[in-house]
Amino acid sequence: MEQAIDIVLMAFMAVTAIVMIRLRNLYAVVMLSGIFSLLSASMFVVLDAVDVAFTEAAVGAGISTVLMLGTLALTFREERPRRRRDLTPLAVVLVTGAALIYGTLDMPHFGDPNAPIHHHVAPRYIEDSPVEVGPPNMVTSVLASYRGYDTLGETTVIFTAGVAVMVLLSGVWRRRRRVAPLDPDAGRVSADGEGRPAHTETDP
Amino acid sequence: MIETILGLYNYWIVIVLMMAGFYTVIARGNLAKKIIGLNIFQTSVFLLYITMGYVRGGTAPIVDPSGEATLYTNPLPSVLILTAIVVGIATTALGLALAVRIRESHGTLEEDEILAIEDRMDGEH
Repeated sequence: MEQAIDIVLMAFMAVTAIVMIRLRNLYAVVMLSGIFSLLSASMFVVLDAVDVAFTEAAVGAGISTVLMLGTLALTFREERPRRRRDLTPLAVVLVTGAALIYGTLDMPHFGDPNAPIHHHVAPRYIEDSPVEVGPPNMVTSVLASYRGYDTLGETTVIFTAGVAVMVLLSGVWRRRRRVAPLDPDAGRVSADGEGRPAHTETDP
Repeated sequence: MIETILGLYNYWIVIVLMMAGFYTVIARGNLAKKIIGLNIFQTSVFLLYITMGYVRGGTAPIVDPSGEATLYTNPLPSVLILTAIVVGIATTALGLALAVRIRESHGTLEEDEILAIEDRMDGEH
């Protein structure tokens, strides 16, 4: 039963991803990426990784969709149609994909309890962490205690990214307000750091 | 044969998703679309790890107080992916902020137009 749900959800995800590639309306793509994250969160529930599932539902389907919508509001909603069709990327992707699929032929099968991944450090975490650390949720114990430095590093990454985003975006709103009221079509005409119109010859 | 297909199905879909993301990054010129492609790629890696950690007949790695459950899913991939999700949203936010900034200074998000503008600016100096 679990495998049937798994197969259906995975197929949904593949279809969603391919539709996301093909659509040019970025608003629709962002909505689909929210659905994609929600589907992956459901997959994580099926695969018994509940902590990952609710993080993905909150962060992937929630925060990242909001961030992308904000970006679209500040930029464009449509992707420009391609001028020429280039088959090189498709060839690269097909070759890489074929090589990766060849690589999976040796992998332990889905759900196999004898896979090597389950016989190294994992048994120790499962057996000892409730005694050594305390919380019944082993993921919490490993995250906050055994691999606590990882989590500290992660916090540093978030902090750095937050500072960088604030530095990049400071002044965007102020400059937009200065440019926008004069020109309803300001989305196509750019202004550089000082608010001067720049490179208007790029307009179609 | 059927057993092999069912046993490896998840990995194959993960590879399809990975290649979908990769294709979006290398074939599309729009920077916002490229970031969405990176997100698809990221999610496929999450699924790869979580699939490897799954144990058939196991339960989520939370201690069963009644002591009946003895087979748990591997907690280690979950931990690694929790970290990866949060780092992923940080990089996505940074990429989107860069896109907004590039749109502000160049007036476009299409890669070839940006390169043309950059070339012209180099010529002026």
